[in-house]
Amino acid sequence: MKPRTLFEKLWDAHVVLPATSDTPAVIYIDLHLIHEVTSPQAFTILRDAKLRVRRPERTVATMDHSTPTTPRGSDGRIPILDAQAAKQIGQLETNCGDFGIELHALGSDGQGIVHVIGPELGVTQPGMTIVCGDSHTSTHGAFGALAFGIGTSEVSHVLATQSLLQQRPKTLAVTVDGTLRHGVTAKDLILAVIARLGIGGGTGHVIEYRGPAIRALSMEERMTVCNMSIEAGARAGMIAPDETTYQYLAGRPRAPQGAAWDKAVAAWKLLPGDEGATFDREEHFDAATLEPMITYGTNPGMGMAIGASVPAPKGASDEKALAYMGLKAHQSLLGHGIDVVFIGSCTNSRISDLRQAATVFRGHKVAKNVRALIVPGSQRIKKQAEAEGLDKIFRDAGADWREAGCSMCIAMNGDQLAPGQYAVSTSNRNFEGRQGAGGRTFLASPLTAAAAAITGKITDARTLLG
Amino acid sequence: MEAIRTFSSKTVVLPIENVDTDQIIPARFLKTTSKQGLGKQLFSDWRYDGSGQPKADFVLNRPEAQGASVLVAGDNFGCGSSREHAPWALYDYGFRAVVSTTIADIFRSNALKNGLLPIIVDQALHGHLVAAPGTTVTISLETQTIALPDGTTAKFSVEPFARYCLLNGIDELQFLLSQDDAIKTFEARSSA
Repeated sequence: MKPRTLFEKLWDAHVVLPATSDTPAVIYIDLHLIHEVTSPQAFTILRDAKLRVRRPERTVATMDHSTPTTPRGSDGRIPILDAQAAKQIGQLETNCGDFGIELHALGSDGQGIVHVIGPELGVTQPGMTIVCGDSHTSTHGAFGALAFGIGTSEVSHVLATQSLLQQRPKTLAVTVDGTLRHGVTAKDLILAVIARLGIGGGTGHVIEYRGPAIRALSMEERMTVCNMSIEAGARAGMIAPDETTYQYLAGRPRAPQGAAWDKAVAAWKLLPGDEGATFDREEHFDAATLEPMITYGTNPGMGMAIGASVPAPKGASDEKALAYMGLKAHQSLLGHGIDVVFIGSCTNSRISDLRQAATVFRGHKVAKNVRALIVPGSQRIKKQAEAEGLDKIFRDAGADWREAGCSMCIAMNGDQLAPGQYAVSTSNRNFEGRQGAGGRTFLASPLTAAAAAITGKITDARTLLG
Repeated sequence: MEAIRTFSSKTVVLPIENVDTDQIIPARFLKTTSKQGLGKQLFSDWRYDGSGQPKADFVLNRPEAQGASVLVAGDNFGCGSSREHAPWALYDYGFRAVVSTTIADIFRSNALKNGLLPIIVDQALHGHLVAAPGTTVTISLETQTIALPDGTTAKFSVEPFARYCLLNGIDELQFLLSQDDAIKTFEARSSA
């Protein structure tokens, strides 16, 4: 048999019907994650056609995008002030109730950002096909799953048939050799990859991240890397499973247990690409040359080393981006004043991200005139952070400690920038207005964001870490 | 869904590259539970000022753009979020085709399910269309061609199955539902 890549093995194992000259392949979906924003219209399609959800037990729902992250009231509930959001959230409750779908509702212990809770519960597993009406579904590829974002029509397809019509994507190997230096994180690594590939550079491809620098990453760091694959235009990003993966999953509430665990691990060990398997395209990086990264423009591909100068625009679109950001070519961003720091999102809201940020915040105060918002990715992470006293470090510094959700990454839940404000954000998109109409975003790691919070300006966190 | 065959329209040109779906429709409009009526929020932050008044210099607000159903856009149109609200908004506004040099994967897939044709042309034809806003083009899904008044004609490619669905006004879901036996067989095999 021809040697196969991880992607090829997963694709082959999920073909319900192979592609023909008339139709794309029909692919089986093992796990469908849904949330309140991209699912209501899909349930309307089901109701109109009098269809049921084919496999409710393969569907998991939570609320994250339009949910507020403001502190709970004295009744222990999270208040929803926006009537439209309340209606949307209520709609998901009704839909999950009517169709028998497991829901981690707002206020419950299992609630959180959909891409944070899947792995946390252990429902995300190697070898699976995983979809969600959200482009950052690529996050789950960190486990050696084929995970990609879909539109709402496709959400209805999966609800009704547990299958999707899919064109087979091409494969792109991103190999990262060497070792990341002190103060350079997984977020910096992926921002560097996207800066080289460009925002459309991965279009039509599934990326497999490989090499010693990827193997050295924890699961949470791998999730940060795979999460942003879509920011290079790739459908998915994936990392072959290994001992790190199995250790993360062992004992998770929904991971296989006992004999089923041993059987699962044995099957997962067959997933990594075969010796001699080839990719449609390959890119190589050296981790040892990477620096902390920051974006300067209005897409995630417009990133640079934090000490570098803003590159000269290559055309009208670049000029428009710099004008929006209020930046000039050849200027340094170090020392640039900021208004808001956001630490959170499906990219960087996990416990290790919060611990990293806390190392910088500890014993310091948030700079005058800066608002720092720290939003854990899930209720479980929030509880864990509080058990470790991280919330106290943030609160003592003067930062806001919030409930779990997408928060200021998407600015549709009350957390947003004012027009013209500058933010250093650990999220994944710096598009115009992404964090609030007129707001201006610098994407960076939790370390860089924390350093900006306490200094009030863009700062190389390594100068504070000692 | 309405079937698409052949139509003619003048173009609107938005030559910015990497137009992301947050620009096509900002997230704050995603709190709806319907897919109707999103056209008024299309390109909201480029189209209206802070007080909700149309910005005179934005292309969709110019008199000559009224009634156009073909959007000519810069490279990598529709990148970013998977929100299907983006093609819903473009369609509801009146667009039936987006012409670019590359189009992002998820947007392309979503557009094809909603009667909005994603049309990829080469740099030369794209340059020609960008340089002459308001050109009347004739787009035929049957022949997979885009024709200009000067006789220039270019082929574009559409996945055969998506083309079949669009030409006949049918939905991919019907096809998937008709494959129930194959899906059952797959499920039986994988749980064995």
